[in-house]
Amino acid sequence: MNTLGLAFAEAWSMIGRADPKLLEIVSLSLRVSLSAVVVATLLALPFGAALAVTRFPGRDALVVVVNALLGLPAVVVGLAVYLLLSRAGPLGAFGILFTPAAMVVAQAVLIFPLVAALARQAVADAWREYAEQFRSLGAGPVASSLALLHDLRFSLVTIVLAAFGRAIAEVGAVMIVGGNIDGVTRVMTTAIALETSKGDLPLALGLGIVLLAIVLVLNVAAHLLKERAQRGHA
Amino acid sequence: MPERREPLLPLALERVGFVAGGRAILDHVDLELAAGPRTVILGPNGAGKSVLMRICHGLLAPTSGTVRWAHPERPGEPRRQAMVFQRPVMLRRSVLGNLTFALAVAGVPHYERESRAFAALGRVGLGAFAYRPARVLSGGEQQRLALARAWMLEPEVLFLDEPTANLDPGATREIESIVQSIHASGTKIVMVTHNLGQAQRLGDEVLFVERGRIAERAPVERFFRHPATAEADAFLKGELPWH
Repeated sequence: MNTLGLAFAEAWSMIGRADPKLLEIVSLSLRVSLSAVVVATLLALPFGAALAVTRFPGRDALVVVVNALLGLPAVVVGLAVYLLLSRAGPLGAFGILFTPAAMVVAQAVLIFPLVAALARQAVADAWREYAEQFRSLGAGPVASSLALLHDLRFSLVTIVLAAFGRAIAEVGAVMIVGGNIDGVTRVMTTAIALETSKGDLPLALGLGIVLLAIVLVLNVAAHLLKERAQRGHA
Repeated sequence: MPERREPLLPLALERVGFVAGGRAILDHVDLELAAGPRTVILGPNGAGKSVLMRICHGLLAPTSGTVRWAHPERPGEPRRQAMVFQRPVMLRRSVLGNLTFALAVAGVPHYERESRAFAALGRVGLGAFAYRPARVLSGGEQQRLALARAWMLEPEVLFLDEPTANLDPGATREIESIVQSIHASGTKIVMVTHNLGQAQRLGDEVLFVERGRIAERAPVERFFRHPATAEADAFLKGELPWH
């Protein structure tokens, strides 16, 4: 067998025997990205919904900015959060640079515009249909927004899954603010980058396979949810 | 139970105008709507009927003139008027959930909501549908649900914007009989329709709207037998007076 074949075989065997080093990295990745998704979603869903249903001066400009931030490069987010959290930065006092907390912040910043922009779009489309009915019933902005979010629950879960996919697969931001410290801030993507450059292909491949599997599962889940939404509620 | 409330009606529109995109949709409309008779609004497409009703209901603000209720609703209080649209708008939840949502918005306490919702469903013959997703009901069933939702809130005025425009004759008859019952229970009916037979069945008086103005107002019988204006006469004969 050639080197590549050997590396693949070793990678599968690491996954098969649940190699502790591999597990540790995967588990940190999941914890960081899940936390980032929870934080970003809690902030971005109400923000996106409010952007869709309220009118105020500068709203259109804000919508354009949020949409533009969809394509935010992860390394730029990493750089910005790095500057904020570094000792001399405005949030330096928290001392969280090069910890998993900093990585959660960076990923949350990265996916906030994604969740906000997609949620705004979904809510705005629904709002066009519901606005008159809600106003006719006398529902205020809070009751209207909550009812809309509830009605859109399937599309919103799909959005959140997409955001999780983006968070767990990005490498630039966590590399900069986490520092890729072994056993502390090393996640799947940064480990793959490092191990590949070191030539430790089995670990890199093993992590790559796990990452692919996670992304695949997310997409299957999103697809099934969409199917269910279309079947059950027309 | 709420304390005795001051009546909303009569509603008075004074010199109401509505301009959209540089075009005058409504022009100097003076109108008084009092409790009691069922008012049917007739007129050609684009005459401003729907806009007129939306201004009455508060969904649109007139660009000029005033809309005055005898004792207006106060913001934040449950509404005392309701509207049923041409296409019913239902939330993606159960039939029952749609009704309890409206009751919650109207400030009805939690423990009363289900029983009131079931009573409302019974009145429109949808009792067996309570736990179905509202959006899988047929068009006619959804419109009955929309009527149940409006009726359940015991509005003083119910506005209807072509409620049977998309329905077959059977469903239309059901809707008409529900509207009659709502009127019999003491609610003022104001309805836009294109169905002249329906106007005669359901209306006490006709408001004939043409080019943003109220061209004629008359009791139904007289309007259909002896329209006072040439425009109304032409409209009833199916002619196109703007050509």
